[in-house]
Parts: sequence; structure tokens; C-alpha cells
Amino acid sequence: MTGLALLIPIALGMGLLGLAAFLWSMRAGQYEDMEGAASRILIDEEDEL
Amino acid sequence: MNASAIIQGETPLAVTRLTVPGMKCAGCIGKIERELAKTPGITGARANLSAKRVAITHDPALDEGALTAALLALGFESQPVADNPLASDDAERRRLTRALGVAGFGMMNIMLLSVSVWSGADGATRALFHWLSALIALPVIAYSGRPFFASAWMALSHRRTNMDVPISIGVILATCMSLYETVTGGAHAFFDSAVMLLFFLLAGRALDAEMRTRTRAGIGALLGRMGKSASVIGPDCTARRVAAKDLLPGMLVLVAAGEALAADGEVVEGASTLDNAMLTGESAPEPVGQGSVVHAGAINVSAPLRIRLTHVAEDTALAEIARLMDEAGQSRSAYVRIADRASRLYAPVVHALALAAFAGWMIAGAGWHASLTIAIAVLIITCPCAMGLAVPAAQVVASGALLRRGLLVKDGSALERLAECDVAVLDKTGTLTLGSPRPDLSKLDAEARAVALGLAQTSRHPLSRGLAAALRAAEVEPAQIEGLAEVGGKGVTGRWQGNAVALEKPEDAGQALATGLRIGQRLHTIPFSDPLRPDAAATLAALAAEGLPTRILSGDRAAPVAACAAALGIPSQGEADPRAKLAALEALKAAGHRPLMVGDGLNDGPALAAAHASIAPGTASDASQQAADAVFIGEALMPVALAVRVAKATMRIVRQNFGFSIAYNVLAVPLALTGQVTPLVAAIAMSVSSLVVIANSLRLSGAAR
Repeated sequence: MTGLALLIPIALGMGLLGLAAFLWSMRAGQYEDMEGAASRILIDEEDEL
Repeated sequence: MNASAIIQGETPLAVTRLTVPGMKCAGCIGKIERELAKTPGITGARANLSAKRVAITHDPALDEGALTAALLALGFESQPVADNPLASDDAERRRLTRALGVAGFGMMNIMLLSVSVWSGADGATRALFHWLSALIALPVIAYSGRPFFASAWMALSHRRTNMDVPISIGVILATCMSLYETVTGGAHAFFDSAVMLLFFLLAGRALDAEMRTRTRAGIGALLGRMGKSASVIGPDCTARRVAAKDLLPGMLVLVAAGEALAADGEVVEGASTLDNAMLTGESAPEPVGQGSVVHAGAINVSAPLRIRLTHVAEDTALAEIARLMDEAGQSRSAYVRIADRASRLYAPVVHALALAAFAGWMIAGAGWHASLTIAIAVLIITCPCAMGLAVPAAQVVASGALLRRGLLVKDGSALERLAECDVAVLDKTGTLTLGSPRPDLSKLDAEARAVALGLAQTSRHPLSRGLAAALRAAEVEPAQIEGLAEVGGKGVTGRWQGNAVALEKPEDAGQALATGLRIGQRLHTIPFSDPLRPDAAATLAALAAEGLPTRILSGDRAAPVAACAAALGIPSQGEADPRAKLAALEALKAAGHRPLMVGDGLNDGPALAAAHASIAPGTASDASQQAADAVFIGEALMPVALAVRVAKATMRIVRQNFGFSIAYNVLAVPLALTGQVTPLVAAIAMSVSSLVVIANSLRLSGAAR
């Protein structure tokens, strides 16, 4: 039972962490422009340096 | 539209959002974001490729016109975003995605605990795990279940029933029952089933919402092309800008070349040509002079005009068409989606079964606790989990496949209606044909081509633009022309290597579409035609093969329409105004047909809205794209036939999915009725049926090939 008392909170905490990360990324607009995100990697920014 | 202002240092900056339909690739994003920031007054720009929008942070002194001009200088046409008509859709999608995330979290954690219970945990451990499950499940169900509870409540309060009613009843009863089991230390808690059910159903809803918002983005606001303001000439001969909604009949308005008319009126002074393509679908510009009646939405092509306004704002011909469209579109909103039709049959059967199970076991003397457990097991096992996924999963896969072939389908109901169409009505100009005049360059030598491009590229006349585009496509280098001048209604003149050169009206004006190229004493006539799309005939054949006979319904003059129809071997009707087109569609519907309308002009708008399903080309007017169920991009017409074929394939898959769900129920319900369904059996049955439905739907990804 002591193992459970440790492992269950850890499992739940990690799950909550994942959920919080998902909600944060949604709020931050990371899913607003999926196509753009895929394309942006191709932009040459040679003159920005 | 300065949506908001942000403070940076001392000066507050304004943020303006513009739609940029031409933005297609990484290069475009890079160009817009890099170059726009170099324009004085603009601090930054952020492009959204999925929504085809650019948010520009700028000095509030810059107005929309200046921003549009800055984008045009980079080669992108843009329009200010109207008061975000998609905001409510967007909010719904976000709510569903959040609910899906929460349900996913709950499902995984409860499953973790449930697996231990199934593998034999008992006594204090089982009780602890049930309590933990309840602790997770209750808030998760309260949050993620809201979309279903709200919709079920709406339906019940209107004394109707929908798919959400059995779902809500099942979930709520299962939760209450499990709570009771937990409190009394019972063996079976259904928290995992209830949350898993919500997760799978939310996945279906989220897919459906995602599909709607994805393809609607980039389609501009209604009446976007109507002039938004006009230069009104006062009694003291000074001009001031007046917004379209503040114009009054009787005002005298000056319309510069290239400007769109903001209201209907009569020409008082000046001679020019108008591009009426948006209203009539006619590709050739119409010459106007003193006394001509002109309409809002037309673009003044060549020379300034003074116009006395007769009809403004809501009274213009354009607004009339918008009203017709609005009315015609209402019949479509009465369409009942296939999932709802299925649930009308399904929900009463499920409720009756659950009730019968409860009553039967009570009579058999099983006690109310056992009877209720069995009734809930029936509700859970028959909950339309696979059914909730059956339709959206197939439709999302199909629309993704069509998207890759250049066809945007706006929502799932469009696919359902497309599959039901049994006759296709096509517009001519811009739909069967390319809609822009193409010159025949075969008689021009290299020198003449260079001169023609040098002259044509300076003019905004549709024929000049068509000529310039064709010559650029043929990789012609423009000649250096000096002393360029454009005379409205006459043509472009200049000097090249000491010779007078001109692009002008041909002398034999009998030919409808042609332009004369004069180089010194030599005279070439360049004939123009509006060619059929290269695969028009093949598409019509493909449509016929799908069981859709085709016909032409055009606003163009009768002779060219008949010639075009004869060439394609299909019946036709010409000289149809928007009202006549609408009437023709209504007549087809009255005769029991389900017409598919394909058209581009604003004059097709009411017909597009009235048809059972409709498709517009990407070059269509904004209003038509708005009214159509699907939009296809590019020169090929084949996506239209492809859309019908894929829609039919989708409905086949949807029917298979339904068939599977029903077969699964036929197998599972006897188990539930006899009390054999434990939480483990329910969980396995639910996941397997959902996975089978998704796997079956994925077969559609190759359907558009």
C-alpha cells in the first residue's frame, strides 16, 4: 500500500501536468495555424542575421 | 477595423486584420512578414496560413486603404476582415477541443485504476480505487459532458429527441449508479465506461467542428467587392469620401478608373467601360456613356465617370441579390443530417429496450438494484458511440482527400447532400469556361509580342490584363514603350523605336472580343476567346456516369450559350437573370429532382443557395463562394465530378459504419439484457467498435485518386 500511496499521486500528477500543458498550448494559440507552422520552417532568413 | 490597440513605448499601435486569399506557401509568409515591416508606419506583421489572414501592427495614422496598398505592392490582394463572422464557430471548436482534452485525461487515469480492479484488486484496495475514480470522473463528466447535456436539454425542452438524449441519460445514470456502488462498497463501477463514452463522442464532435472551420477560413465576407465608399461631389464642386451606407439617392458621385461602384445610378458625364462580371457573369466589359444605368459592384475600368445615384444601400441590385440568396438559403437549413435521422429511429428503440430490461427483471424478481444495473448496462452498451463517430470520421477523411485535389468542402452536411444530387446545372461563363478572356497569340511575331506586352501591362482593362498574363506565361520580355497614354474606351498608345504603337479597338468592330495592335503602319488583330475549361467535356461525361445529367443555365446572351451547349451536347437556357435562375432551380426541385448547381457569378448566388448542393470555382465572387457548399481551385473542372464521386463513396462508408454499429448492438444487447455485461466487457466492446468504425473510414483517404 505504501507503494500505491506514492505511485498513484505521481501518475495523477503527470496526467494533470499533460492536461495543463495541452490547455496552455491551446490558449497560447499553438493550434491556430498548423499549416503555417509546417511551412515556416522553410523560410530562409538569411538577411535577418 | 482597429480591433485593439497595444501600447508600445509612447505611441499606441493599432492592429488590423486582413484576409489575403493569395497566400499559399512559406515564401508568401516570409515575403509578407519581412517586407511589410519595412513599410513606414508598420511595426510588424504576423501571417496565419491556415486562416489566410495577416495581422498587422501599425501606426494608427495608417488606414485600411494604405495597408491594402502596401500588400498589393508585394503582389497580394487583400480585404479587411469583416466583423469576424466565424468567431462563434471558433469558440465552439475550442470548447470541444478543451472538453476532449479533459475527457482524455480522465479516461486514461480512470482506466489505469480500472485495470487494477479488473485484474483482481478487492477489499480496501478496490474501494480506494473506486473512490479515486469517482473523484476524477465527477468533475470530468461535469465538464466534458456539457455539450451533450446542453443539446439534450434543448431537444427535450422542445419535446424532441436527438442523439444526445440517450447519451446524456446513459452517462448520468451510469455515474449515479457507480457512485452508489462506490458508497456501498459494491463490485462494479462504470466510471471508466461513462468517461470513455464521452471521449469517443467528443472526438466525433471535434472532428466535425474542425472540418467546418478549416474550410470556411479564407472565404471572405458577403458583398466584399461592393464599393465601401464613394467620392461625392458637393454643390461647390468639392469632393469628399462618403461611406456606402451614408449615400443618398440624388447625390452626384465621381468614380475613378479602377474603383468599384458603391450604389446604383445613372451616368451624367463621361464615357468608360464597366466590368460587370460580378453581377452578370459576362466577361466582356460593357461600354457606358451618358444616360447609361450602372449598378453597385461593377468596376469602372477605363475613365472617370460622374454618376447621379438612384438606388443606395439596401435598394441596390446587389443588395436585392443578397436578399434573394438569404431567402433561398433558408430551405437548406431545414435539411436533416443523416446522423439525426438515424437517431430518430434509434433513440426510442434504445429507451424502450432499457425500460423493458428493467421491467422484465423486476417482474422476474431480481430486485431493483440488479434490475437497474442491467438497464444501465443496456444503455451503455447501446450508446451510439460508434454511431457518433460513424459519420464525422468518414466525412473528415473524405474532405481531407478532396482538399488534396483542390476542392474545399465546407461541412459534412454538404457531402451528404452532394451524394443525393441527381441532376447538375452549370453556369457557362467562369464555370464551364475559364471566365477570363484568353488571346490567340499564334499570328504575332516576337517583336509584336514584346510591344503588345509593353502596352498591355500598363492597362487595367480586362482584355489588356488577359493579354499581358498570356504573354508573360509565354515568357515574353516587354518592349520599352515611351510616352504611354491610355484613353478610356479607345485604348493604349505610345512610341517604340520611333514608331507610333497602340493597342486599340479593332476597326471591324463586328467581332465581339478582339483587340487591334498597331505598330507603325502594320496592324494585327488579336482575337480573344473565353475558352472552355480543358476537361469540361470529360467532367460532364463523368457526371453523367455518376447518374447526373447536366444542363447549362447562363445569364449570358442566348447565342454563345447555345453554341457552347451544342459543342458539349447538353441542353441549355440563356439570358437568365438571378430571379430566372432561382425559378429554374425551384422548378427542378418541385419536379422531385435534387439539383447540384455549379456557378461563379453573383447572379448565380440565389441559385447556388437554393440548390440541393452547390459548388463554386475559386475565382467566383465572394458572395457565391459563401453560398456554395464547396469551392474548387484551379483550371480543371474535374473536381466537381470528383466531389460527387467521393461524396457517394463517403455515404457508402457511412452506411457500412451504421451497419456495423447495428450488427454490434444486435450481438451485444442480448449479453446486456441477460446481465452478462461487466465494466470490462463494456470497455472492450466500446473501444473495439469505435476502432473498427475509424479504420473503415480511413479507407476513404484514397477515394479521391
